[in-house]
This record gives sequence, structure tokens and C-alpha cells, in this order.
Amino acid sequence: MTTPSRMPEPYGQGSGANLADILERVLDKGIVIAGDIRINLLDIELLTIKLRLIVASVDKAKEMGIDWWETDPALSSRARRDELTRENAELRERLARLEELEPGRAEKKEAP
Amino acid sequence: MTGLRYVYAVCRPFGAPLQVQLTGVAGDPPRTLTHHGLVAVVSHVPERDFAEEPLRRHLEDLDWLTETARAHQGVIDALTTVTTPLPLRLGTVFHDDSGVRIMMEAREEDFRRTLDRLEGRVEWGVKVYAESEPQESVRPAQKPASGRDYLRQRRMQTRSHEEMWQKAEAFSTRLHEVLSAFAEDSRMHPPQNPALSKATGRNVLNAAYLVPRANSEEFVELVDRTKGELPGMRIELTGPWAAYSFAGETT
Repeated sequence: MTTPSRMPEPYGQGSGANLADILERVLDKGIVIAGDIRINLLDIELLTIKLRLIVASVDKAKEMGIDWWETDPALSSRARRDELTRENAELRERLARLEELEPGRAEKKEAP
Repeated sequence: MTGLRYVYAVCRPFGAPLQVQLTGVAGDPPRTLTHHGLVAVVSHVPERDFAEEPLRRHLEDLDWLTETARAHQGVIDALTTVTTPLPLRLGTVFHDDSGVRIMMEAREEDFRRTLDRLEGRVEWGVKVYAESEPQESVRPAQKPASGRDYLRQRRMQTRSHEEMWQKAEAFSTRLHEVLSAFAEDSRMHPPQNPALSKATGRNVLNAAYLVPRANSEEFVELVDRTKGELPGMRIELTGPWAAYSFAGETT
């Protein structure tokens, strides 16, 4: 039987919540309001901050064997990802056009 | 010289006082500023740290950022125990009280609508981690005898890796379906950075669920039941948080 009015004890929150849990919420979520002091956190998005943190301590991270950023797609800039997506779409479109233009080309090629 | 105004949250008037020992950002205890029947929770912060230039500089400093983020979250957390706060993003700063009032007036309708939507709800965070190494059995027992052997072993390793990720993904998808069916709303967040989270294993699911306070215990039990269901998967639950992930207008 649960007691609806009672909240369960916090799980891993407060001082125990990991830094990423807190940062992703206070920096990346919540309501965005332009204050009098104009700091655009969208410019300093969490990813950028993470990247900067890593760049600042790259040697230390490498010592610890942390090298995920070299392969982590999340750390490539959003712009770069968009660029790739766009390029992919373009290539697919061109391929489709080519296939339309030359139906049966593949079969011909394979024929002896 | 009273400094700038740092705003944590907007909420409806709440009866209970905030904890006396609560210190906000810059060590200033949060105060309430009531306007048009809404309450802004603010701290007085010094210009030397929160004016545009110093604030921008501080945001690049992990120690400062960590301290400030924890202080911000501490205040939001305290508010969550007495009311349903609308958390503002870290670093929302005004010149003075009247700047805060002007903002509250401009956003009044938004605030009321969002407060109605979130009233009595909290956010729970659920993360799934996959242990990143394949099982012992598929590791090569001995050194490859030939190039062909080597390639075969590589293929087997790759395949078992792929199988593991597929399993992890299937598990996460199913868990997310179950939890979002129970919750009122959900959000998927990008996987967390291990350098910040200090967590081991690969973060394959990072989601937030909006749950009425009254159903929270049941939600926690639901998550607990899935723990240990699939070997190699670790499930982490955090909360209750203020509804950070659901406070924005975007759906």
C-alpha cells in the first residue's frame, strides 16, 4: 500500500547528485528569460562548456585514459552534424536522380 | 549599493518559510519578491561577479560553475519541498527589484499557464548504463595463430559488441515505454559525459519523467522492479527534482 501524500526519500539528489545531472538541468533546462545581464547561455551550451572543460584539462584526462571526446559525436559541433545531414540528404537525392536517369544500368554492367 | 538580483524561480505564494540555513548563490540567502500574486525567489549578488563580463568569465570556470549550480539547485530543491517552482535557467540576473517586477509582468500569463500545468508534479531522472566490455567468453582465449584467425576473432568481437548494444538499446526502449506510459510526460536527454558524471559504463538512456507527487512512490517502485532484470545494465534514479525538463514552452 502506498501513501499518496508521502514523498519517497530523495534518490541520489542534493550533494549526491552527479555534476552532470545538476548542470544539464540548471544550464540546459528550466525557463529561459532574458535578464538585464545579457549572458546567452545558448551560446555557452552545456556541450560547449563540457568541451571547454575537457580542452582545459586534456592532458589530465588523457592520463586517466579518458579519450571519449575524440569519438563522441555529441561533441562535434551541432553545425557540423547539420552539415553532414544536409550533405547526406543531397547525396541521396543525387543518387536517386541518377538511378532514375539510367534505369537498368547496374544490371547491364553486371551482365557479361 | 545593493548589488544585482539573481532570480532562481517563480512560483505561487507559499505559506511555509524557506529553511533558515539556506544559502543561495554568492552566499546570499534567497528572498521572496511578490508581484501581481506571483513570487520570484531572488538573491542579492555582487556586480563584481554577476555583471556581464565577470559572469561570462566565471561560466568558464568549472569550480565556480559547480558551486553556483549546486547553490542554484539547492534553492530550487528547498522550494520543491514547499511548492511547485518554475526553475529559471542559471544566471538570470537583473539590475534591481523593479527589473524583476517588469519581467514578471511581461511573462505573467506564461508563468500562470505553466504553473497550472506543473502544479503538484515533480521530475524523476532515469539513466541506464551498459557495461562497455563484452562478456569474458568471447574474448580470444589465445593469440591468433594466423591472419585469418585474427580476422575471425575480430569479427566475433565486433559481433558480440553489436549484440550487446542492441540488447542495451532494446532494454532502454522498453523501459522508457513502460515509464512514459506511467508518467504524464517525458523527455529524452543526451547521454551524459562520463568526465562530468564520473559514472562507469556507457550511458544509453538519459530521460526525465513528469510524475504527480502523489504517484511518485509508485513510480520509484516501478523503476526499482526493473533493476537487475538484464545483467550488465545499471539503472540510476534521481529525484524528485523540480520539473526542470518540463518548464520550457517547447513540447
